[in-house]
Amino acid sequence: MSSGALDPTRYIQHHMLNLPLNVKSGASEFNGFWTLHLDTMFFSVLLGALFLITFRIVAKRATSGVPGKMQCLVETLVEFADNQVKETFHGHNPLIAPLALTIFVWVFLMNFMDLIPVDLLPWLAGMAGIHYLRVVPTTDMNLTFAMSISVFILVIYYSFKVKGVWGFSKEIISHPFGPWLFFFNVPLRFVDELAKPISLALRLFGNMFAGELIFILIAALLPWWIQWAPGVVWALFHILIISLQAFIFMMLTIVYLSMAHEGH
Amino acid sequence: MGFNITLIGQMITFILFVAITMKYVWPHIIQALQERQDTIAEGLAAAERGNHELELAQHKSTSMLREAKIKAAEIIDQANKRAAQIIEQAKDDGRVEGERMLEMARSDIAQEQEAAREQLRQEVAGIAVAGAERILGQQIDQAANNSMIEQLITEVSSD
Repeated sequence: MSSGALDPTRYIQHHMLNLPLNVKSGASEFNGFWTLHLDTMFFSVLLGALFLITFRIVAKRATSGVPGKMQCLVETLVEFADNQVKETFHGHNPLIAPLALTIFVWVFLMNFMDLIPVDLLPWLAGMAGIHYLRVVPTTDMNLTFAMSISVFILVIYYSFKVKGVWGFSKEIISHPFGPWLFFFNVPLRFVDELAKPISLALRLFGNMFAGELIFILIAALLPWWIQWAPGVVWALFHILIISLQAFIFMMLTIVYLSMAHEGH
Repeated sequence: MGFNITLIGQMITFILFVAITMKYVWPHIIQALQERQDTIAEGLAAAERGNHELELAQHKSTSMLREAKIKAAEIIDQANKRAAQIIEQAKDDGRVEGERMLEMARSDIAQEQEAAREQLRQEVAGIAVAGAERILGQQIDQAANNSMIEQLITEVSSD
């Protein structure tokens, strides 16, 4: 699929479509809610497995003596996540740090797919007979919302667990304006809480989607002999964005969970 | 676009990944880190202790050296004193011995003198008697003259 073969609009639209699977019929077609994005699932699981297998191998071989290069890298990431959690979260919860590490590394790897030339993998898939492929799982809202909703469920769960049903309800009713203004407090709190998963998911999705779109626009609208110039510039800038977005997602998860553990 | 079953699939995937990280990855690495931290802390503490001990040993050796120097100086001083004493003693001894020998020599000389004088007296007495015999030409009563001769000898010897 080179930029010359299609007109730009169709090229861009084509790149915005996931590889669908109708889970009811088994055919590769869209069917409303019962559609599974095979490409998103495939790449996210592949990258997650890459992350877990690598880290698992290092963890099994982990020595408290002089570490190898790979162990150093893994330890740096683990310590990074651990430090972020320790600085922000002051309770005891064995889930938060591994959760933060998983989010950071997984999201980073998925974002990193954006730096692979936009047409390379779809072209290879096309030769294998697959004509729709989006390689960056974080440009699929289903994935970003899946993560943010999972985090949101954890936030709600820990809010109830730490503060108790009564304590958490009291907090919802009486903050920020005191119990007599509960009719104002409750909807405010609901908006406040709902804004967390939505903003978390949309921030990542928006950044990655826009980033990918720019790469696609460069590939679609510019002649082939100059594409490298804006491509390199945007790729360099994008290295910053993919790391930053992975970090922000991790950091906000930690912040939301620590807010769930502490009173307002 | 839009939400579909992928959302559910991704949630399951996400939860599984987090669970695996939490169970199979995190504890091992954190433990290794903790152990290494402990080892390093121990090593640093040992180094600190070693340094401290070295410092103590240096202090000790310095003070020992100083003591040894003081002791050596004392010994040299004592030896010097002792040597001076010995020399003094030897001088005294020498002087006493010299005096004793001098005394002895003197007394020897005196004895010799006495003996010589006695001999001389005897000889003079003999000569006198012989002289007298010759002059008188006769035997004289030895006993009667002895006292006179004694007197003569005493007169001679007292000269």
